[in-house]
Amino acid sequence: MGVVTDHLGLFAEGARTTAVLTALSFALALVLGTVLASCRVSPVPPLRAAATAYVEVVRNTPLTVLFVLFFFGFPKLGIQYPRFASAVIVLSAYTGAFVGEVLRSGINAVAAGQAEAARALGLTFGQNLRLVVLPQAYRTVVAPLGGLLVALIKNSSIALVISVAELTFIADQVNRDTARPIPVFVGAAIGYLAMAIPTGLAVGALERRVAIRR
Amino acid sequence: MTTPAIGDALGPRGRRRVAVASAVAVAVLAVALVAAVNRLHTKGQLDGDLWEPFRHWGVWRFLLFTGLRNTLRAAGVAMVLALVLGVVLALGRLSKRRPVRWLAGAYIEFFRSMPLLLLILFSFLALPKYGVDLSIYGYLVLALVVYNAAVLGEIFRAGILSLDPGQTEAANAIGLSYAQTMALVVLPQAFRRMIPAIVSQLVTLLKDTSLGFVIGYEELLRTANSTGAYYHDILQSLVVVAGVYIAVNLSLSRVAHRLEVRQRRRFGAGAMAVSGVEDLALVDAAGRADR
Repeated sequence: MGVVTDHLGLFAEGARTTAVLTALSFALALVLGTVLASCRVSPVPPLRAAATAYVEVVRNTPLTVLFVLFFFGFPKLGIQYPRFASAVIVLSAYTGAFVGEVLRSGINAVAAGQAEAARALGLTFGQNLRLVVLPQAYRTVVAPLGGLLVALIKNSSIALVISVAELTFIADQVNRDTARPIPVFVGAAIGYLAMAIPTGLAVGALERRVAIRR
Repeated sequence: MTTPAIGDALGPRGRRRVAVASAVAVAVLAVALVAAVNRLHTKGQLDGDLWEPFRHWGVWRFLLFTGLRNTLRAAGVAMVLALVLGVVLALGRLSKRRPVRWLAGAYIEFFRSMPLLLLILFSFLALPKYGVDLSIYGYLVLALVVYNAAVLGEIFRAGILSLDPGQTEAANAIGLSYAQTMALVVLPQAFRRMIPAIVSQLVTLLKDTSLGFVIGYEELLRTANSTGAYYHDILQSLVVVAGVYIAVNLSLSRVAHRLEVRQRRRFGAGAMAVSGVEDLALVDAAGRADR
């Protein structure tokens, strides 16, 4: 493992980039997913159609294609961002579609009487969603959202195709310099485990805390 | 008449509001669409000569018969092998012997936490140094199998655990051995229940083959990249290829849905119930989101 300890600074920097990339993208994906799910359950047909189209297109396209398209294709349209910002945009656009789906299933799982009672009290659709349905929906989908977060940690490695210096990219570079693939990649693997396992545990703890007991 | 997904049917005022909101939404979407087309136009990306290559069979033959074929080949072979290894892992994890259970569990937990790209790079860059001599295709499929077996192992385990224990007990009672119980009673039912999750993992796997791009496997994305470089129409090539991916994946999902419906008809609604809707949603979400 000498190679890893020699390049420990680089690896730490890569792991930090992976963590920041994941955290930013997940925050944005939660926002986007909430908007998408709200559109998909709204009584307004064009909003439903637009959100459905977005979700179907994005989740049936490989993330690699989205990365290449955004970073190498979109500049032809004058849409150009630095590497890291591009990675955040692509990862949150992609993960947002999945968050939207998960949240929609969560909304459907909220007892129908809740929304009906809210309507009976005279709440509008927006109030109903914001004050009654969504808070309960979030609590039921903590586990699947946690699954998405862990998947996002792993998916952030694909930012390698646009040369964002995250953990996998660093491992690839260090291997290029040292030609010692086994310790280098095992080092990176340990880095990912060190992020994925605590995340999983934290999600489990959060799930137990917010679970709705009936 | 639009019935909202939450709350109950709207009254006259609600319907009027929805009509207004619809008109506004259509207007906004139309403006966005016009702006997008306008941007494409002013940047010259709608010019006929950039789309011209796609009027020739040669380009399509390259994209479909080289790119898509290689994508499907890698995904198909990897799926079959991963299904076999996944069953072995699931049985291992449910084994009576502790070391077996522990080994299978360690395998599943480790590889499920790994980014697939890291495994592909490891397979491609590290294995040749230790005398494993495969083609690029081989290294890619190997990494896909190792990773997806772990994911499918979990799916199978959920499927097996969702069965009524009475099934195994009945098989024992009529004197079937462990192997017979698994092969004749437990696995066929578990497999059938998990078909939707398995197909959605197949869609994921198919998307994952695009990571072969990184190690130079000539799959769909790489062929699009080559066409784009050759004709200087990278944007157009990528958009076309994204369309191909979407078409293939949507057809797969449609098949899955049809299987699910047929199954429900044949075995009653209970046939689909896994241990809970949440579990299925989790397996599905986690599976689909793994790229």
